Parts: sequence; structure tokens; C-alpha cells
Amino acid sequence: MKYLDEFRSPDAVKGLVCRIKDLGESAKLMEVCGTHTMAISKFGLRSLLSPQVELVSGPGCPVCVTSDEDIDRAIALAGMPDVILATFGDMMKVPGSEGSLADAAARGASVEVVYSPLEALEIAHREGDKRVVFLGVGFETTAPAVAATLLRAAEEGAKNFFLLSFHKLVPPALRALASLPDFEIDGFILPGHVSTIIGAQAYSFLPSEFGIPCVITGFEPADILQAIYLLLRMRKESPSVRVEYSRAVRPEGNPKALSVMDRVFERTDAQWRGLFEIPNSGLALKRGYGQHDAGAWEVELPQPVGDRGCRCGDVLCGKIKPGQCPLFAKKCTPEDPVGPCMVSSEGTCASYYLYERREEGLA
Amino acid sequence: MPERLISIAHGGGGTRMRELLRETVFPLLGEDVLLDAEDAAVLALPGDRIALTTDSFVVKPLFFPGGDIGKLAVCGTVNDLAMVGARPLYLTMGLILEEGLSFSVLEKVVSSVADWAENTQVRIVAGDTKVVERGMADGMYINTSGVGVLEEGREVSIKGASPGDALIVNGYVGDHGIAVLSEREGFSFQAELLSDCAPLYGLVQSMLEAGEVHSLRDPTRGGLAAALNEMASASGCAFEVVEGDVPVREGVRAVCEMLGLDPLYVANEGKFLAAVGESDAGKVLAEIKGHALGENAMLIGRATEGRKGQVSLLTPLGTRRLLRTPSGEQLPRIC
Amino acid sequence: MCLAIPAEVIEIQENDLAVVEAGGAKKRISLSLVDDVRVGDYVLVHAGFAIEIVDEQEAKKTMELFEELARLDEVP
Repeated sequence: MKYLDEFRSPDAVKGLVCRIKDLGESAKLMEVCGTHTMAISKFGLRSLLSPQVELVSGPGCPVCVTSDEDIDRAIALAGMPDVILATFGDMMKVPGSEGSLADAAARGASVEVVYSPLEALEIAHREGDKRVVFLGVGFETTAPAVAATLLRAAEEGAKNFFLLSFHKLVPPALRALASLPDFEIDGFILPGHVSTIIGAQAYSFLPSEFGIPCVITGFEPADILQAIYLLLRMRKESPSVRVEYSRAVRPEGNPKALSVMDRVFERTDAQWRGLFEIPNSGLALKRGYGQHDAGAWEVELPQPVGDRGCRCGDVLCGKIKPGQCPLFAKKCTPEDPVGPCMVSSEGTCASYYLYERREEGLA
Repeated sequence: MPERLISIAHGGGGTRMRELLRETVFPLLGEDVLLDAEDAAVLALPGDRIALTTDSFVVKPLFFPGGDIGKLAVCGTVNDLAMVGARPLYLTMGLILEEGLSFSVLEKVVSSVADWAENTQVRIVAGDTKVVERGMADGMYINTSGVGVLEEGREVSIKGASPGDALIVNGYVGDHGIAVLSEREGFSFQAELLSDCAPLYGLVQSMLEAGEVHSLRDPTRGGLAAALNEMASASGCAFEVVEGDVPVREGVRAVCEMLGLDPLYVANEGKFLAAVGESDAGKVLAEIKGHALGENAMLIGRATEGRKGQVSLLTPLGTRRLLRTPSGEQLPRIC
Repeated sequence: MCLAIPAEVIEIQENDLAVVEAGGAKKRISLSLVDDVRVGDYVLVHAGFAIEIVDEQEAKKTMELFEELARLDEVP
């Protein structure tokens, strides 16, 4: 596959790893995108670079950081008699206070898995007597696509198409992380496709206010390794944001996608599961689209579940590795996830559980 | 003339049902023993060991590129028998039909069952028909049970792999699952992607004659990853698999990349995973490759001493990672 | 949540739709988030939308860098 395979070349990877080892610098680097977490584990990069480079994962999985209450709201809507809830597959197994969407479907809720929000709109056209609610989860990579779909729905007069938005934004989360008292990271590996939309300038506060160097990179092994090399080199320079993924990221991002997002969404405070509430880190529908907003519907929600005993919060801040959580691989597995980090296949704990071998010293 | 549809009465056990069977189902199956309409078929069996298996087929849509639920119902059960080295002899066919199913769909499916039974030299000797209300059964569900016989001394078991064994697959993985999913997700292909649904006993028979085959498993739901994990676990071996040696078609890979799926977890219906004694591996692989259903066979790894039940993948980058058994359905991701 | 795959635009249709192809698999997607797309361009496809046109000049530069690094190993 063009523009994909070339960046997986085993020889390039060997050369890149040599270059990193030759530098001799060591560092603790954080990536904040579930797709990066998974790529690093899937391609076996973590063990390739340790102990010189320690790679930790941040709160980069928008599925994983969707709160219990938000899941409960989605489940409550799905259970309403004339409602079909359309969702990305990733959301099906996330546990809320009383089970997941998959559990709710088993109990009779109407839930349909889609690959694109446009499929949800098609369902709305097809099922005229139902209310079709699209569960909007994802960062800035996905929010424009959902916004564009909503605009299309409005244009096409699809009065029965609704959005339940739990979209979140990456830069505010990075600011919240970097502001934590004991947060110590030598550099950020930044998400390539979020940056395709928001550009490089959105992150400039990280070097300027917090002194943390950043590289925006793609998801193939060569891209990730090149980013790591650049971050190690940058330790000797004054911190900045560099773009490794120049084939997909412009400094200003994608203005058209940003303006589509802007037409439909406004910022709101949001609860990041396992972490805390981060101001202006979520997206809600603007009042002008109120007639498509399922977030405004009255629903009865179950009692929130208390502390489950998992240490997801610490994992999500890069403080501990998954193996250090007492529940990892014992009570908490991909089949029976307790905390957010295990629920999505791109959650930190799930990536470690699925790909990292036991010889590497994990549970 | 209005289209003929299945009604609840067709499952009622009365005259409508007898008509359905005698005028539609039995003639398509061409099996005299069914006309006797006994409650059970009484059959002769050679030898003193039989293999018995059952499977239910609930595929949606009923017709997909490369096959249909009827073909699946025959091949799936025949292949389960083949995985223990048994020659398939008899099948039962249980139909659960949805009220409102058209006769023409029923006829197409039963014809397909008949065709593939003939192809695999299997007789359909017993069956059952039920009709359920509209909205249930997705058109139709089929259950087939199969009886096969084993040659004396033949032992092929999921527990059979041992350290040193070569791991072999007979061709491209992921075709079936992606062919079916692509129908639903609107993918089309330069070269049409077909389900690999096919009966494997003929190939298995020649393999077993060519050398020491210790274990066979068909990677249906859960894909090759499930089969590898099941075989490693049952036999108490560790498996090392070379990811780059597992054959995957370009189109299948592309769809998996776009939907966030892993071809190793996608269902197959005409493939097996074999553990073959080290010294016979070359011979057996050559035998498989000489067969139409094994042209693209590959040696993909080895059973080793090591952490029991652990399946490790050597990536094309030379790094190692785990290949876990799948948990539940693989859902398209965008994450 | 960043799965986006480069695919070639092989047909542009009305209503901001296009057919793209990658590795022999073809799919219809929306172009409403990008401007000035032409047949033959490569786009990044995410959740049924093109989110950016691949900058092929930049891609070439990056590929050349990696090819050079691949040859590092060959130095005796």
C-alpha cells in the first residue's frame, strides 16, 4: 500500500534504531494517542529501545477517557423504545455503572456499530419513524467528520438524526497534564492525525510555557522512531514543536475542517475518566443545532459507581506502567475490563496486555 | 403471480409442512432415505470409531461473494470432521426458517446444500424444519451435524502438537470474513474478493498419507490467532510465528487497515492450521501445495519448548510481540 | 483514535463524494473536509472522510531520508 509500506521498511527501522543508540542520550517520552500506543506495542518498538528510551502513554484514547456517566447516558438513550444508537465499534465494551453498550444491546437496546457517522445518517433516512442518535466520541481527528455529517443532516432535513457529543480536545489535556506537580517528561510524541486538523501551532505552549520539546509524527514505525530520534537530539537545543509528519500536517492544520468544526461545536468543560475535569476540553453542540442535540434529552441515570480500585489515573498520567496496577491481567482483562485503560484495544493497559510478552517483566 | 413465501403453517407438522418437504426440499436433496420419512435414519458404519460434530450457521447476508449459507453449512461441518482426520459420510440438516422467507431463496440454498453434499460425497440422511415468526432467524438458520469415520490408527488431535513441529497454513487468511464484511461496508475490489469457503477432506486425506500430521484446526471465528492459541494451549507448547510468512491478500490487508482490523483475527472457511512433525514438514508442505486448495500454503512457524500456550509473533521488523487469543467479536475501529 | 489510511482518489462524484482505492480495495468517501482534490491525489481517509491531501513532495523527502538510513547498515 502506497505511502504506508515505505514507512514500515525493516531496513529503515534498523538504521533508525542504530542512530538512536549512537546518540547515547536517554529519555522518558510520552505519546498521547491511542493509535501510537498500539503501534508501538504492535511493532515491538518498546523493547527495541529500552532501557535507553522509556516510552510512556498518556491519556490519548478518547474511548478510554469517556466517563461512566457519559456511557450511562448513551445506554439510557439506546434503551428508549424508538431510539437507535449508532456508534463506533470501539465504544461497545466500555463499562458504565451498570454494564456496557454491548450488555445493553443484549438486554434489548437498539445499538448499531458503524464505521462512519455518514452510515448513521443513512440509517436515519432509512428508519424514518425512529430517532437515530450518533454517539460522538473522538478527538479533533474525528470531530470535523461528525460536524460535517450533522451539517449534511440539517441540509437534508433529517429531523430524526441526533448527536450525543462526548468529543474531547487534546491541547487542553496536555496543558492539564503538564501542569501536574510531579509531571516529568523529556518530550512529547504528538498525534499525527489530530495535528492534521489542528496544525502545529496549537501545541506551542508546551515548549514555551513548560519547556517540553515536541515532535508531531505519523503512525508507522519509521515515523515514530524518527520522532524519538529528533526528541533525543532536541534535549540539547531550546525546546520547540517539530513536524516529522510533514506529508500530512501543515503548520496551520486543515482550515476547512476547523471551520466545519467551529460551525457546529463550542467548547465546554469535560470529565476525563480516570483523571479529572478539564476546563474547555470538550465539544458540545452550539445552540443553533439544538434540535439535533441528544445531550439535552431528559434521562434517568443510574447511581455512579464508586472507586473500582484501579489505578488508571496514574497510568494515564504516565506515573506507573500497567503491570504496576494491582488489577492488571488479574481482575482487569480485555474480556472483563474494569478501568478505561483496558477497555479499548488502544488503551494503554490493553496494548500492553495484548502485545507485550511476559518475558518483558509484566504480569 | 405473487411470490411464494414461507408461512408459519409450513413449520406446523401438518399437510403444509409435508408438502414443503416432499415438493421442495426432498427433490432438491435427491436422497431416497428421506422419502421413507422415518423418525431416524438407520445406517451402516464401517469400522468401530466414528467422529461426530455439529455446527449452526447464522451468516448474514445469506448470499455473499464466493458462497452462501448452504455451502457453508456443508463445508463447515465436513471440515470439522476433517480436522480430526475423519472421512465425512452423513449429514443432518436442521432448518429454522423465518416467516416470509421466499421459496426461491429457500430453493437456492437447499440446492446449494445438495450440490456441495454431492461434491463432498456426503449423504444428507435426516433433517428437521421449523418456522419462526417474522423478525427472527435473519431469513434462515441452518444446523448440520456430521458423522465421519476414522481409519484405524489415525490420531489427529488438537493436543497433538509437540516442540519442533512445523506450523503450516494452506493459503490466504482473512478472505471469508472480509468478503462478508465488505458486502455490508460497501468495499469493492479490483479483483473480486471471494469467501474461501471450501471442503478440505480431500486435501487433508492426502496430507495424512504424506507424513506425520499431529494436529489440525480450522481457523473459523476468531481467525488464525484463535486456532494458534487453542492448539498451543491444548498441546502445552509455545508457538513462534513469523508474521511476514502468513499469507494475506493485498485487498484483505487494505480493508483491515482501513477498518482497524487484524487479518489474523478474521474468520476463514477453507483453511486449516496444521502442526506437522519436523522431519516430515517439507514433504507434507509439498503435498499441500500440489493441491488446488493449498497452492498458497506456507510454513509460518514452529512449536517450541517455552511458556506453555504462549503464541509469539516475530514482526517483519525483527521484533517480538504476543498474539493473544481474541476476546469476543472484532469490531471495526476508528481509534 | 487516529486511524487514517492513505488512499488514491480514482473518481470524483457529485455531492462532495469520491471513490478512493488502497491496496486494490475501493470505497466511497466524502470530500467535504478538503478542497481542490483531483483524481490521482492521495488523501488520508478517516471514518469515511478525507481529512487531508497527502503532500507527495514531503512524502518523497521523508521516504528518501528513510531510504538513506536503511543503507546505513550496508557500510562495512
